[in-house]
Amino acid sequence: MSSSFVETIELAHLPPSMPVHVALYRDVKNAASLRQQLISGNADFEYAFIDANMVLSRAHALSAVFRAVNDSINGRLKSRNVHSEIVFSFSPANNIAESFRKFGIADSTKDLLVIKVSMTPDVTHDSVATHLSQHVEGSAVPFDDETLSNIADVTKIKKAYKLGALKTPPPTQANGTQSDGMRQLELSVLGAIALRGAT
Amino acid sequence: MIEEYQPPPLPPPFHHHHQHRTQSPATTTTTTTTTPPPPILLTQGAEAHLYKTHYLNATTHPAALKIRPSKPYRHPVLDRRLTRQRILQEARCLAKLVREGVAVPALYAVDWEGQTVVVDAATGEERYGGAWLLMEWVEGDVVRVVVQAWERAMLARFAADDRSPSSRRRQADGGSGSGPGSEVQMEVDGHGDHSDHGDNGHVERKREEERMKDLLRRIGAAVGRLHAAGVIHGDLTTSNLILRPASSKKEGEGEGEVDLEGEVVLIDFGLASQSVQDEDRAVDLYVLERAFGSTHPRTEAFFAEVLDGYRASYRGAASVLKRLEEVRLRGRKKSMLG
Repeated sequence: MSSSFVETIELAHLPPSMPVHVALYRDVKNAASLRQQLISGNADFEYAFIDANMVLSRAHALSAVFRAVNDSINGRLKSRNVHSEIVFSFSPANNIAESFRKFGIADSTKDLLVIKVSMTPDVTHDSVATHLSQHVEGSAVPFDDETLSNIADVTKIKKAYKLGALKTPPPTQANGTQSDGMRQLELSVLGAIALRGAT
Repeated sequence: MIEEYQPPPLPPPFHHHHQHRTQSPATTTTTTTTTPPPPILLTQGAEAHLYKTHYLNATTHPAALKIRPSKPYRHPVLDRRLTRQRILQEARCLAKLVREGVAVPALYAVDWEGQTVVVDAATGEERYGGAWLLMEWVEGDVVRVVVQAWERAMLARFAADDRSPSSRRRQADGGSGSGPGSEVQMEVDGHGDHSDHGDNGHVERKREEERMKDLLRRIGAAVGRLHAAGVIHGDLTTSNLILRPASSKKEGEGEGEVDLEGEVVLIDFGLASQSVQDEDRAVDLYVLERAFGSTHPRTEAFFAEVLDGYRASYRGAASVLKRLEEVRLRGRKKSMLG
C-alpha cells in the first residue's frame, strides 16, 4: 500500500502511545471543502490543517505539536481539542480565532500541512493515510526542511511572529544547510511558541 | 550497603521515561531498544537540576533540561509563584537574546505551570512536579576548564626556561613542584634575560599569551552584546561561559596547544534580569572580575583584556566601566543594608 506519504513520528518525551502523523501537500485543489468539514465539526476531519506557507521547518511544525500535546497531557487545552490546539500553538499570541486566520487552512490554500495525533489507538498510520488519500486532492511531497523551505513565505512568517526587525547577522560561511539568519529566525520562532501565554 | 542514588522523579512529560525503567525490573541496564534514552542528570544545585537530553528527536536537537523542583518546605502557593516567576524570567531572557543575536542557548520549550502531580516511584508519595525548561545544548568546554588547561600547558612548556638545568631535569622527570618559582610569569615584560634557546621560548610564550588575550577580549565582547541587548546575567563566572568550537577545525593546528578558538556562549540565566542601568551592568562585570581573580589567579593580570573587549563592543560601555571603578571601591551591594 502506498501510504508512505504520511510520516509517522514519535516525538521525544511524549508518550510512545501518541505518535504524530504528518503529510505535506502542494497544489491542493479542495481546500475550501476541507475547511468546510472543519467548520461544520465533522469528527472524521479532526486534523490540524496548517497553511504550509507559514511553516519554516520541521522543527517549527513539531514544536507546535509538542506544545499542544504537552498542554493536552497536562489538561490545559485552550481550544476544543488537541488538533485545534496545534493550530493555536503555532501562534505567538493568545487569540485563538486569529491563530486560525494566520496559520490555519483558508479557502485559497494551495500548500497544506496536515497533522494528526493518535489520541486513541484506532488512529494509526494506515487509517490516517487511507482517509487523507480519499479526501485531500493534491500532490503529496516529503515533510522535510528542503521542501518546506521552498514553500515557506518568510516575510509573512516574520510578520506573524513580529520578527520583522530581526537583526540578521552577517553571513559568515555557507557550510551548513541553514544560513545563520534562517537559523536565528527559526530559533526565535521556537522561543515565541514556547512562551505563548506567559504573563 | 550503599544505595544507588535516585534522582528525584521527573515532571511530565519526562516522567514516562521513569515508568519505562521501573516497568522492566528484570533487565536493570537495558531498556527497550526502541525507547529513546531518558534524560541524564548532570548537576544538581539548590535551585535546579540539569539534565542532558534532546528535543523533538534523539538526533537533531540535543538539549539541556533544567528542572526547578518544588520545595516542600515552602508554602505551596508561594512556592509555585516563585518557581513560575524564575523559570519564566530565564526563558524570557533566553528568547530575547536569541532574537537579538546574542550567543546563548536557544529556548526550545518551557512549562512554567508545573502544577501536575507526580508520584514518587520510591515512596509512592504524590508531589507537585516543578517547572522545567528545555534549551539548546551547547557543545564545548566551559571557559574555566579552557583557561585552566591553558595555564597547565603554559607551566609545562615554559616553566623550565626560568630555571636552572637541574630543575629543568626534575620537571622532565615528572616532578611538578609548583612553588612560586615555577609559576608562569604573566608580568612577562619584567624579565628579558633569556639565554640561548630561551629567545625562541620568549617569542612562543608571547604568542600563547596573545591567544589568551584574544579569548579574553572575545569574552568581554560577549558580555557587551548581552548588556547591549538589555540583559544582566547576574552570575557571570568562567563556569557560565562555554567556548563553542568552530564547526570546522583548522588542520595541523594545535599540536599540544589548548584550543582557544570558537564562539563564547553565555549560559545559565537562572539569575538574569532585564536592565539597562550602568549600575547593574557594572556589578555584572564586577562579579566576573572577582570570580576570575579567584578562579584564575595566574591569569588575573590579563583581565584588563576582558574590559577592553567590553569597551569596544557597544556604545555606553565606557560609562559602565567608569561605574565599575566605583563598584570596586565599595563592593557589590550598593546599600550597606541587607
